[in-house]
Amino acid sequence: MLEILTYDFMRYALLAALLVGAVAPLVGIFLVQRRLSLIGDGLGHVALAGVAVGLLMDGQPIVTALIAAVLAGVAVEVIRARGRTSGDIALAVMFYGGIAAGVVIINRVDGSQSSNLTGYLFGAITTTSPGDLVVFAVLSLVIVAVTVVLRQRLFLAAGDEEYARASGLPVMALNITLSVLTAVTVVVSMRVVGLLLISALMIVPNAAAQQVARSFRSATLWAVLFGVLSSVGGVITSFYADTAAGGTIVLLAIALFLVVAAVGALIAALTARRHRIAERHPHEHGPDCGHEAVPHGDHVDYLHGGHRHAPHGAHYDEHADPTTYSGSSDPADQEQVTR
Amino acid sequence: MLVTGPAAASAAHPAAVRLDHASFGYAGRPFTEGVTLTIAPGEVVALLGPNGSGKSTLVRGLLGLNDHVAGRVEVLGTPLASLADRSRLGYVPQRHTLSASVRSTVREVIATGQLAGRPWWRRSTAADRATVVRAAETVGLADRLDADVATLSGGQQRRVLIARALAARPEVLIMDEPTAGVDAANQDVLAAVLRRLAGMGVTMLVVTHELAALRGIVDRIIEMDAGHVAFDGTPRQYAEHRAAISRAADAGHGDHHGYDHHGYDHEDGSEGGLLSGAGPMDGPVEEATP
Repeated sequence: MLEILTYDFMRYALLAALLVGAVAPLVGIFLVQRRLSLIGDGLGHVALAGVAVGLLMDGQPIVTALIAAVLAGVAVEVIRARGRTSGDIALAVMFYGGIAAGVVIINRVDGSQSSNLTGYLFGAITTTSPGDLVVFAVLSLVIVAVTVVLRQRLFLAAGDEEYARASGLPVMALNITLSVLTAVTVVVSMRVVGLLLISALMIVPNAAAQQVARSFRSATLWAVLFGVLSSVGGVITSFYADTAAGGTIVLLAIALFLVVAAVGALIAALTARRHRIAERHPHEHGPDCGHEAVPHGDHVDYLHGGHRHAPHGAHYDEHADPTTYSGSSDPADQEQVTR
Repeated sequence: MLVTGPAAASAAHPAAVRLDHASFGYAGRPFTEGVTLTIAPGEVVALLGPNGSGKSTLVRGLLGLNDHVAGRVEVLGTPLASLADRSRLGYVPQRHTLSASVRSTVREVIATGQLAGRPWWRRSTAADRATVVRAAETVGLADRLDADVATLSGGQQRRVLIARALAARPEVLIMDEPTAGVDAANQDVLAAVLRRLAGMGVTMLVVTHELAALRGIVDRIIEMDAGHVAFDGTPRQYAEHRAAISRAADAGHGDHHGYDHHGYDHEDGSEGGLLSGAGPMDGPVEEATP
């Protein structure tokens, strides 16, 4: 058995990391879509006030943090829906008021050398207790169930709010649902990556996924994969390298993003050389355009004046027939052209 | 002002849209005067008017995006307020591009048109998915179903939005500037799509600045100005109406409207002599919005 698995606290830590790594990007993709990448940070700030109240009352900081973050999440949507310019300032007041109150109260309770404070701000995954794990697992399950069931509706409300409203969907309710999901994710993740680093785990795996995915569905799955890789990988790395788990997870996520982006850019540069754009023509090919359609791998070429034109973005590529073009004889090259 | 359209609804079929002294606005304040008009099933109506004329307020009011302040509004024989199934009114918003903040395929975007038509816990059925494919076929994008929408041209994205509305099998299609900002080649394809829909008997209300692109498709033209209907008639009648206005302007009044004709239909060289050859037919005269 691996050394890391012989310790109870590491087993709990790995399980918690697995949950958070899967759940945070699942919610985060809708925040990326709405261009609200930093909202998780704001809710994290408010959650700290909730943690502080929980410590003050000697109660459950997770429960009070959950209450504070959910209330803040609802407030964010209500303030945004009113659309006033002062709304932005109202959000800033709420977020910074939250973290400031949190710091002041926790220091009052614990003294200024509080390990609790750094634990919540930057994560303290190895202190995860079996009880915490049960709470996190239940909350994660709720997040996964809600995002899976409402996936398409959240996608539409985030992508085209006006159309969603015109077609009769309850857009305000969907936005509040997303905000509450974000708040719950913040609370589930705070022991693992810490309140100041939560947004990173919601957003960065999605940034990487956007580089490789071609559909919303596949982007979601890639983001979960990248999230789990960085959270579990980060915990393992921090165990052997003796580093702070929260920070290691986020650095690993960023490293993954950089590698994926670099590989993507490399592939794009390589295929750009092989990719020949057809002459500019005003005609648009389509199923009934009058040109013969020739199935070619995963797409359709249109026979146009002896050339094969394949739709690529807003233009057409020349797709050579190996017999017509003597330049390259390797059929694999012909397939590459579409990429 | 209260000109009835050429194809008034018969008693057997409820009108697609019936407005009776209806006004729409924001926060309880009307931005249109009482508008009375009837659109019969199958009619294709172009709604013209300068910015601020109330045409968008009217259309957004029908869609429930603005407040219905006064008067009676019926959609497909049902009062607007009690229209439970909003997907019977298909909406194609004015949008130059789809949101490109995350990847999504043409198929995924079109499928969202069906969401409002089923309860939240229900997944799409095989029939729903077949309807999505048919909607893509209707707009000529069946071969691009799995393409990332962000890679498509502006005109293609516009057709994705039309297909999204069609996926809900609407009885009335409301389109906001479907041809604005689309190049000539794509405008032809768009016009062909609209002609196909008109041939299928889809009732359409098209807000537009570019009448030229819709030549031969539109049955009826309604022009709004300052919150009321200023003209309502056939394209031929509209051409004569415009010709009369420009004759009056030429006859000594000069350009008393201060209209700016620059920036109109710049993709379309045939600005004069459209429809019936009776003068500038580029529809409403107003500043081109960038």
